[in-house]
Amino acid sequence: MELSSFDKSLLNLLQGSIPVCRRPFAELANRLGAEENFVLERVRRLKAAGYLRRIGTFFNSDNLGYRGTLVALEVQPSEICAVAEAINNYNEVTHNYEREGKFNLWFTLLTPTVEREGKILSEIRSLRGVEDMINLKSNQKFKINVQFKLQ
Amino acid sequence: MCNSNSNEQTALTAPDKKIVRALQEDFPLCEEPYKILAERAGIDEEKFLERVKDFLREKKIRKMGAVLQHRTAGFKSNALCVWNVPPEKLLEVAEIMSAHSAVSHCYDRNPAPNWNYNLYTMIHAKSREECDAIIAELSKLTGITNFQALYSKKEWKKTAMKYFDDEPSTNDE
Repeated sequence: MELSSFDKSLLNLLQGSIPVCRRPFAELANRLGAEENFVLERVRRLKAAGYLRRIGTFFNSDNLGYRGTLVALEVQPSEICAVAEAINNYNEVTHNYEREGKFNLWFTLLTPTVEREGKILSEIRSLRGVEDMINLKSNQKFKINVQFKLQ
Repeated sequence: MCNSNSNEQTALTAPDKKIVRALQEDFPLCEEPYKILAERAGIDEEKFLERVKDFLREKKIRKMGAVLQHRTAGFKSNALCVWNVPPEKLLEVAEIMSAHSAVSHCYDRNPAPNWNYNLYTMIHAKSREECDAIIAELSKLTGITNFQALYSKKEWKKTAMKYFDDEPSTNDE
């Protein structure tokens, strides 16, 4: 599916924000000089074609009372598959990537309490093949908004 | 900067948790999406819209909107680049890096034993070569020469968090 110039304008608007009102797509349509039904149809098509990773609500986890961290593991290469799958089983893990380097598995963890974080990390630390673990807390988020302007 | 907050602010009431649970499900692509979400939360639509606006104001919600697949915009390569920045230069360097359009995320993080990196950036580009070139450019712009580019080999998981999920984690005994 090729993106039309209308699609690009629509995607640029959607990345910015969906209006919070009864008929948000009518308002977007208004800004684009189109009909509500046409806009809805295009959004559904773009979503079905895989252009949208996610549409909806993006929470700020800190302000919901959750604490987040990034954890890096050094895992024996032969165990990496089993360790990655064990980590994926935690609902509190949102991202999990295998990367090049000494620390070869990186995951993000969001928990409502420090106790829950500690429990999960100690369980993961004791998995077979996990040789080292570092917990990399953040104090300041300088940039978190992923937007790509389509032209 | 945007995440200093006290716990008093963060306490959510039971009805607010219902709103969060409704909002984190698929956003309905229909004429009155909030009406459907409000029904899921068991709240009147008017009230629901007011609370969503409150959450935006209180920064509980970062945005209502969409995030594109990086591939859509032609970004096939990504690197987590970690930098060792002198603490007194952290803010200045972070600002320069954040201003670059190829940088989607920029966080400070506490260093760990044998891991002295304190600034983390996600870099997106069309190819690994382009990623490397951007990293070299950032290094030149900031004067930070101690860094590592950690390219991803495999994505094992990438999901949105389910907040206030009453289902216990599958790893709980």
